[in-house]
Amino acid sequence: MLEILFNHYPALLRGLATTLTVSLSAIALGLMLGVLLAFGLTSRSRWLRWPCGLYRSFWRGTPILLQLLLVYYLLPETGIEVSPMSAAILTLTLNTAAFQAEIFRSGIAHIPQGQVEAARMAGISRWQTRRCIVMPQVFRLTLPPLTNEVITILKNSSLISVIAVTELMRVSEQIASRTFQPLETYLAAALLYLAVNLVLARLSAYLERRTAGGLATE
Amino acid sequence: MFDFMLIYEMRGLILQGLWNTVWICFLGCLVALSLGLALAALRLSNPRLFAWPVACYVETCRGVPLLVLLFLLYYGGPSIGLRLDAEIAGVTGIGLYGAGYFAEIYRSGFKAVSRGQLEVARMLGISRLQALVRIQIPQMLRLIVPPGTNQLIILVKESALISIISVDDLTKNATTIVNQTFSVIEPYVTVALLYWLIIEIIARSGYRLEKRLANRRPRPVTHTQGASFHDHG
Repeated sequence: MLEILFNHYPALLRGLATTLTVSLSAIALGLMLGVLLAFGLTSRSRWLRWPCGLYRSFWRGTPILLQLLLVYYLLPETGIEVSPMSAAILTLTLNTAAFQAEIFRSGIAHIPQGQVEAARMAGISRWQTRRCIVMPQVFRLTLPPLTNEVITILKNSSLISVIAVTELMRVSEQIASRTFQPLETYLAAALLYLAVNLVLARLSAYLERRTAGGLATE
Repeated sequence: MFDFMLIYEMRGLILQGLWNTVWICFLGCLVALSLGLALAALRLSNPRLFAWPVACYVETCRGVPLLVLLFLLYYGGPSIGLRLDAEIAGVTGIGLYGAGYFAEIYRSGFKAVSRGQLEVARMLGISRLQALVRIQIPQMLRLIVPPGTNQLIILVKESALISIISVDDLTKNATTIVNQTFSVIEPYVTVALLYWLIIEIIARSGYRLEKRLANRRPRPVTHTQGASFHDHG
């Protein structure tokens, strides 16, 4: 396994870089969409809540592999040509948005309604209340599940090897078929995934400690 | 638009895929549930000998994609003389992977029941076994069912990955239909709906179990605990 790591580290690291690029872009894009969806889910209008709920239900309720295949094969049918890379980022974004929306929704539900009412009474606009009062607290409250989601997306990004994006998993497959050492190669890949995820978990624990305190819902 | 005839013509492949997915998920989840319990018991057991290895196992499951585990088992296995059928590799992969998560779910459930209660029970002369069966386990179950249901759902969805190691499951057969008929929407959407159906059944059963467990709290011991649950949100 170490031999594989030493001999093929440039390729493996390039694969890992692609894995990180795809996952982190998806997380960042999904964050924006997720926040909007969470507002939709907590909206007072049924006509906003209902489609957002349907979206969430679909993207949380079907396997991500299937979603990937659907996006990758369906887009060309409708005349939109996409590279495997963009299809991958698009699918992961749409998927994580649904999960993040649910995380934010539960976070928003934890913010005392009194705060929002007080802000409204103080003449702060609805959007400003959300931006300056609700969401900063929601992010702090939801840091642990958000970390889980980042790790999940990183792991799920291994599936995009199926549509020939040369990320870590795909690179490992190539190395395995060239060296005839599948066990060692996949162990090396597992080690790399594990290392990145452990670092992420540590980072999140650190952030959690740093931002602890001053929460409204203690 | 949506060609229902195509689905009807391809029902053989779809039903076969459905059967394989259900069967493999069932076995995989069974392995995950029981192995997870064994791991949690090991981690909590009194000589703390196993705590560390089990923690490492749990971290590995959390940090490594299931696809990598499946490839390790299916393609890596033969180099150490472990030749598995794709189906068996699938069940083993799902089982080993899920066990790491379930171990953690059981453990958190066990830890959430306060030690004080058991001490009181011991003081009242209730035997250790009786305290476990009548006080600890009923409360644990209530805590375990919601995250457990969630994890089962995740495992069923992730089971789609076994199609990549060439198990003829729902996803693989859908792709076969796509390749045969050049229609993308019908097979994938149908199969997505079938997954959704399986998941909905698991979710509903989870809710029902949760409700039944919640209603069954006539004993005063469980009442006193109720308050402290709410404190933790």
